[in-house]
Amino acid sequence: MNCRRLRYCLETRGLLIFGLLLISCMALAALFAPWFAGYDLLRTDPDAVLLPPSSAHLLGTDAFGRDVFARMLYGARVSLQVGLVSVGISVSIGTSVGLAAGWFRGLVDECLMRFVDIMLCFPAFFLILAVIAFLEPSLLNIMIVIGLTSWMGTARLVRAETLSLREREFIQAARLSGAGTVRILLRHILPNAAAPVLVSATLGVGGAILTESGLSFLGIGVQYPDPSWGNILIEGKETLGVAWWLSFFPGFAILCAVLGYNLLGDGLRDMLDRRSQ
Amino acid sequence: MSFWFYLLSALVLICAALYFLAPAERRPGALLAGRILRKCLWVFVVFIGITLICFFVIHLAPGSPTDLQTTMNPLADVQAQQRLAAFYGLDRPLHEQYALWLKRLLQLDFGNSMSSDSRPVMEKIAERLPLTVWLNVATLFFTLVLSVPIGVYAAKNRGGLFDKTTTLFVFLGFAMPGFWLSLLLMVKFSIELQWLPLSGLVSVDYAGLSPPEKALDIAKHLTLPVFVSTFGSLAGMSRFVRASMLDVLRSDFILTARAKGLPERLVLFRHALANALLPLITILGLSVPGLIGGSVILEHIFSLPGMGQLFYSAVMARDYPLIMGNLVLGAVLTLAGNLLADVAYGLADPRIRSGFAAKEVRA
Repeated sequence: MNCRRLRYCLETRGLLIFGLLLISCMALAALFAPWFAGYDLLRTDPDAVLLPPSSAHLLGTDAFGRDVFARMLYGARVSLQVGLVSVGISVSIGTSVGLAAGWFRGLVDECLMRFVDIMLCFPAFFLILAVIAFLEPSLLNIMIVIGLTSWMGTARLVRAETLSLREREFIQAARLSGAGTVRILLRHILPNAAAPVLVSATLGVGGAILTESGLSFLGIGVQYPDPSWGNILIEGKETLGVAWWLSFFPGFAILCAVLGYNLLGDGLRDMLDRRSQ
Repeated sequence: MSFWFYLLSALVLICAALYFLAPAERRPGALLAGRILRKCLWVFVVFIGITLICFFVIHLAPGSPTDLQTTMNPLADVQAQQRLAAFYGLDRPLHEQYALWLKRLLQLDFGNSMSSDSRPVMEKIAERLPLTVWLNVATLFFTLVLSVPIGVYAAKNRGGLFDKTTTLFVFLGFAMPGFWLSLLLMVKFSIELQWLPLSGLVSVDYAGLSPPEKALDIAKHLTLPVFVSTFGSLAGMSRFVRASMLDVLRSDFILTARAKGLPERLVLFRHALANALLPLITILGLSVPGLIGGSVILEHIFSLPGMGQLFYSAVMARDYPLIMGNLVLGAVLTLAGNLLADVAYGLADPRIRSGFAAKEVRA
């Protein structure tokens, strides 16, 4: 790639590339956490309590003498997992609902879309809070509940795409050549509706990470010995004004992760949106 | 009593179903009154749907509010636990519990809290609600006042320095966790500079202050929460105003306005802005659930005695009536926001008022 093309690429897709970079750094950190960490997650050290960042402890230590950098790396694993799995759940539900509503129309469409309206009227965070507190907070429960309360946008998108695609000629051709409903939906409609779904899924990962860290910050997310950016911030709140590194770094990591996914999603939208081309 | 109750609700449901199944042109929906009526019916259906889902999800989840009072108590045996469950009516079948709860709700009775003070849920919520509502009203006010000029100016100078700066700021605003921003601001303004109080609603010496000092005290305590909350919603709103403004500026009547030589100020603020703000009404209505949900974290950090904090403690104590009361109230506020937005939209847009564009709007 020559210099001019590189410059053009950076000018038009700079934000997207920056977002991709942020995400890949996070993903690498999460993947190789045990190699980078250097310290045992659970080892407490009474001689190294609340130390500021130094060469021995890159991001300082917490009130139990645990290395914050190590905990942050493992926290990246939690965030990544929550983001991907809950979005996986929400996209599968949203896509199925959207496909069904757009394909069958009529009463099915009416019922499903009214259900979507009802779900949109929930103060979602209230419900998530209640359900997770009841089901014992655990990583799996958090992912499921976030997934179950965030599929409505995708459903609306997929429905709109399906409604317009089903009238197109290639669908008629597929139907005339004897393809069944399931085959048409999965092989012909879904691939053509993939672009907006991909965009909303990318943006959804950022939202899920924010929700998870908020729950962990309230103490009903990822539970104590396991680290998460949100629950390191609880310690940060307790030592506010004493240990700035405990509240600064985890929050900054959340910001970067969400920013990365949002930039990627926005960039993808510009790239894939047929109208903007 | 219960017979009439079931009959009435069945009738209402049947009427609603018949109404929605009728072809669109035969519904009395062309006029604003019909539109509002239809919306009200819809709100009723949504309300029943929300309470049903909430009630069943919460009651089917493992664990019971009686656990908290019995598991730590060596004197409480299985019979005691059953007596307690019977006392709260938890031993009945779930649909009976729901019907009973709904019946009480129609008499505006949310039941009594299951915590040790056993006060009516209504009373507990009523003392917490004003703070949350005012917090959110202030947030909405500041968001609007700031986002409209930002959005208009960014749209007018699209691609300029201001536009690029706000885009950057919008991305930061979307990704910023509110609780982290709160912590940073608390460190800076409350601990280092000591300009603002750290948390709570009033100072320790509040009772001894004169009325103007009291108002100042509360204002000081609410500055940071309102700022954080506004910052969170400002990004989305200014982005939305910008997009809406760009959309309108592309239309033909703006070209006409410019062609007939109107000054740019009039084109922007009279012709473009009036149309660009219409969709904003809907967005404002839709932002209510987010604000209510966000108040849990905000009130938790700043130790504000609002509805969010009440809900948090209710969830922790598994106080079923209090949780349901909060969820219902949250849903009612959301629905009221939507309904209000819809009516306001109808009033603001003459095309809808006259039923001219009724079909397009529905689609």
